[in-house]
Amino acid sequence: MVAPETGVRASADSLAAGVLDGNRLLLARTISRVENQEADAHQILGSLYPHTGRAHIIGVTGAPGTGKSTLVTTLAQSYRQAGLTVAVVAIDPTSPFTGGALLGDRVRMRALAGDPGVFVRSMATRGSLGGLSKTTGDVVSVLDAAGFERIIVETVGVGQAEVEIASTAHTTLVVEAPGLGDEVQAIKAGILEIADVLVINKADRPGVDKTLRALEMMLEIEGGGPRLIRHHGQLIRVETPLEMAEEENRWRVIVMKTVATEGSGVFELRERIEAHRTWLLESGEMAIREQLRIANTLENIIRAELNRRILATLPSHGLTGHVVERIRHREDNPYSAADELLGKI
Amino acid sequence: MSERKIRVLVAKPGLDGHDRGAKVVARSLRDAGFEVIYTGIRQTPQMIAEAALQEDVDVVGLSILSGAHMTLCPKVVELLRAQGQDNVLVLVGGIIPDEDVEKLKTSGVKGVFGPGTSTQDISDFINGNVKVAA
Repeated sequence: MVAPETGVRASADSLAAGVLDGNRLLLARTISRVENQEADAHQILGSLYPHTGRAHIIGVTGAPGTGKSTLVTTLAQSYRQAGLTVAVVAIDPTSPFTGGALLGDRVRMRALAGDPGVFVRSMATRGSLGGLSKTTGDVVSVLDAAGFERIIVETVGVGQAEVEIASTAHTTLVVEAPGLGDEVQAIKAGILEIADVLVINKADRPGVDKTLRALEMMLEIEGGGPRLIRHHGQLIRVETPLEMAEEENRWRVIVMKTVATEGSGVFELRERIEAHRTWLLESGEMAIREQLRIANTLENIIRAELNRRILATLPSHGLTGHVVERIRHREDNPYSAADELLGKI
Repeated sequence: MSERKIRVLVAKPGLDGHDRGAKVVARSLRDAGFEVIYTGIRQTPQMIAEAALQEDVDVVGLSILSGAHMTLCPKVVELLRAQGQDNVLVLVGGIIPDEDVEKLKTSGVKGVFGPGTSTQDISDFINGNVKVAA
């Protein structure tokens, strides 16, 4: 974007200063620059980094149509009533065919308009498949540096395996609605395992008791012992250290019922999120998660940069030209061709 | 690696609730490769300007069928300029009498698209008028 006052592009320094200063226009432009991964994005993020680490990050995920956007809106309103500032990052999918996206979460968020203590930003996945976009974590960092006390990240409507949010958020809510599946769905691996709080939204609908029973049965089977962590880009299970396995120190995932359109159950949900935050801080789990998150971030930055450098050294025709044709005619195969191309670096 | 997308806010200011046209346009802009932020009906100029700022859009598309365009559209332009978004392209679609088209353009609206406009014309207009800064 072009800076309005001078007609020249705002510098990385002036953008970072604007973010820290509470300038909403510069905040919005900084987010764009980070989201677009422009050349100075790392410089901006680097200078904002000392100011991050204060916000509590809440992930909201679940299948399409479970009412995530409405729940996020009423949750944000509830935090505003408690006197806390709130940023919302809402993610919707990018079309794999045209690269375009229709970001519609704001339709449900009109109640948040006109409040200077709220900032809402829509993001497209831009090709990422884990439920977030590649730069969501960086955008959350910008909002954190801008001083928002609670940051709610709403993922795309997910299926069963989009669990990336768990490595971005401090507290992950998995939203279900009555009538979407039976007991077997509930014990499948994936999305339900990342929940710190399970929410049945639309709890005024028929079938809510059946859904509640299914989820509670799943929790009983789980026992809540092992934790999911992210390690080398993969979520793995780890046993909770012995002293934390003590009944009173362990976080218990419970199922909560809400009707987001009426706001019922939302106050209790907010209390539960805050209880989780307190538990994270007091149990030492926050520090552990923070270490994993930082290690993960470092690895991703290195991986992306290595990727870029390696691809830059490959001959531009290498991935499209006669090599591909040779493989197509079965004169070569992708495995040895890849070895050969890598050998040229 | 930089990945710049043109971002378009589609909004319906005022009180008429007929949003089919706005949805058709939003969908066609998505298919043209833009990131479209759809905000829905009954938006005030203040809500539209605020959303345009938070979303850092390049284009604001207003859909109006109520006849209130001469009040609402210049107000949106004015609010956008006041908050420093001088380069945002403001477009209006809907039923706009010919004699109002020039007036809207004088007030800062860049393009007016009436009934029968092909969606291709709108995306071509956006691609031709949004300067994607390097």
